[in-house]
Amino acid sequence: MMIKKNLLLWISAALVYLFLYLPLVIVVVFSFNDSRLNAEWVGFTWKWYGKLLHNREMLGAAMNSLIIATVSAGAATILGTLAGMAMSQNRLRFLPLLVLAPIAMPEILMGVSLLLLFIMVNMTLGLLSIMLAHITFCIGFVALSVQARMSSMDPALVEAARDLGASPWRCFREITLPLLMPGILAGGLMAFTLSIDDFVITFFTAGVGSSTLPLQIYSMVKIAVTPEVNAVSTLLMLLTLVVIVGASRLSPAIFRGE
Amino acid sequence: MQRKAWYKYLLSLPPMAYLLIFFAAPTFLMLFATFRYAGEYGGLAPWYLQEGGRLTMDLTLENWQRLVESDIYLRLFLKSIGYAVATTLICMIMGYPLALMIARSGRKHRDLLLLLVILPFWSNFLVRIYAWMIIFSPVGALTRMLNGLLDLIGAAPVTLMYSPTAMLVCLVYVHLPFMVLPLYANLEKHDFDLLDAAQDLGAGKWRRFWLITWPLSLPGITAGSILVFIPVLGMFAIPDLLGGTNGIMIGNVIKQQFMESRDWPFGSVLSMVLTVTAVAVVLLGSRLGARREGR
Repeated sequence: MMIKKNLLLWISAALVYLFLYLPLVIVVVFSFNDSRLNAEWVGFTWKWYGKLLHNREMLGAAMNSLIIATVSAGAATILGTLAGMAMSQNRLRFLPLLVLAPIAMPEILMGVSLLLLFIMVNMTLGLLSIMLAHITFCIGFVALSVQARMSSMDPALVEAARDLGASPWRCFREITLPLLMPGILAGGLMAFTLSIDDFVITFFTAGVGSSTLPLQIYSMVKIAVTPEVNAVSTLLMLLTLVVIVGASRLSPAIFRGE
Repeated sequence: MQRKAWYKYLLSLPPMAYLLIFFAAPTFLMLFATFRYAGEYGGLAPWYLQEGGRLTMDLTLENWQRLVESDIYLRLFLKSIGYAVATTLICMIMGYPLALMIARSGRKHRDLLLLLVILPFWSNFLVRIYAWMIIFSPVGALTRMLNGLLDLIGAAPVTLMYSPTAMLVCLVYVHLPFMVLPLYANLEKHDFDLLDAAQDLGAGKWRRFWLITWPLSLPGITAGSILVFIPVLGMFAIPDLLGGTNGIMIGNVIKQQFMESRDWPFGSVLSMVLTVTAVAVVLLGSRLGARREGR
């Protein structure tokens, strides 16, 4: 290795890290600030978190978010695992297109086109419509995660089991599934955070009384910048952090260059 | 081996069916909606029973005519493309050194450095916008400091909030990881022997970069650019919260057509144009990528 530590490179990279983290640090710090204005440090307080606990709308929205994320991640994990397995085993042309296109398109397009669909079939917009929408955009991420895991799997294992007389189902249950598990779990956790964080698609597919945390944050932020938003943002960040670090432990590969 | 095939296809059926219903069908529905009339109270005009008892509806080209009648929408598209191009370029300039630094740091630190890029990207999208609303707020430290400086040299005070600058900074902030990740994936694979050889032959630092690293990283740049360009093109939340009245992008007008003025057919027209643009960009990008691979 002859590459010298290039000082210029390191400084510019450090500045970019600063750019990435400073804004988030400001949000967290001001969530403990004893002032209505997010302007200067006055003193430490827990009161904005206390206020959150008594904010019924916020608690309802948090509840909705959790229900939606759990159901959508569950369903997307099953569908995405099937898609990922199918994609890595066959030279399908149509399925990868269908799985990847929702990831590649601007989110707003999925939002408005699903709105058209739901209204056409006379569906009341609410938790169900949000879940159906979230499953749609989560499938691709799970599929990619499972496919990555699948491609690192030795096909000889399954063939050996088949030669020894195991049924396809038993083969799947005792070999393929356990080996795929980290990929499946990581994909599921990713789907969970994508769902809990989604704003754009939820915005178009939510109805009266089905507000989620991001929608709640949006409507608060539209009116004014308040420390209560900082507090809920901090909690949301903490939740995502825990889930994502968990997912990256399970399957480090999927977080590199998707 | 043959018998394997059919139940592998069976595996793909449930996700395929789901995505056909909830992704492909809505897209065609949207295309169809561009030829329909708006309903009296918004939405789409309902189907009605013809005299013969047949369900029918009226179709029109009016919505598409409206798109081309004035240059408002063309300009709006060009402006959105302008923001997308600017964001992509800035992300590239900021992301390249970072990706390069991570790719060239020791194996031990790489995963951590990479995780540090990804983490902010997984924090909530709105929270990341909100952070910049605090930073750019008129009572915030940055604005007051800047205006203090401007005051010293006798210039008029400025507001940072609701400006194209604020929007651009936030657009870059939100999309930067999309550029860094594919770039890193590419840079990591480079063969250091090439750089060694170039150095032995007397090439300087910059020459080595421009003749070796840069051309080899072009596929990574293409991938990153697509990942940044497309979401920015359809963005509505950032202009909505940080852009003010001048910062409207095509996404804002689509949102307005669907949620406020409730002219769904025209909203669908704008969405279709956005879809076609996005698909064109993806195809162009993958074509470029494929050609480089071939060389």
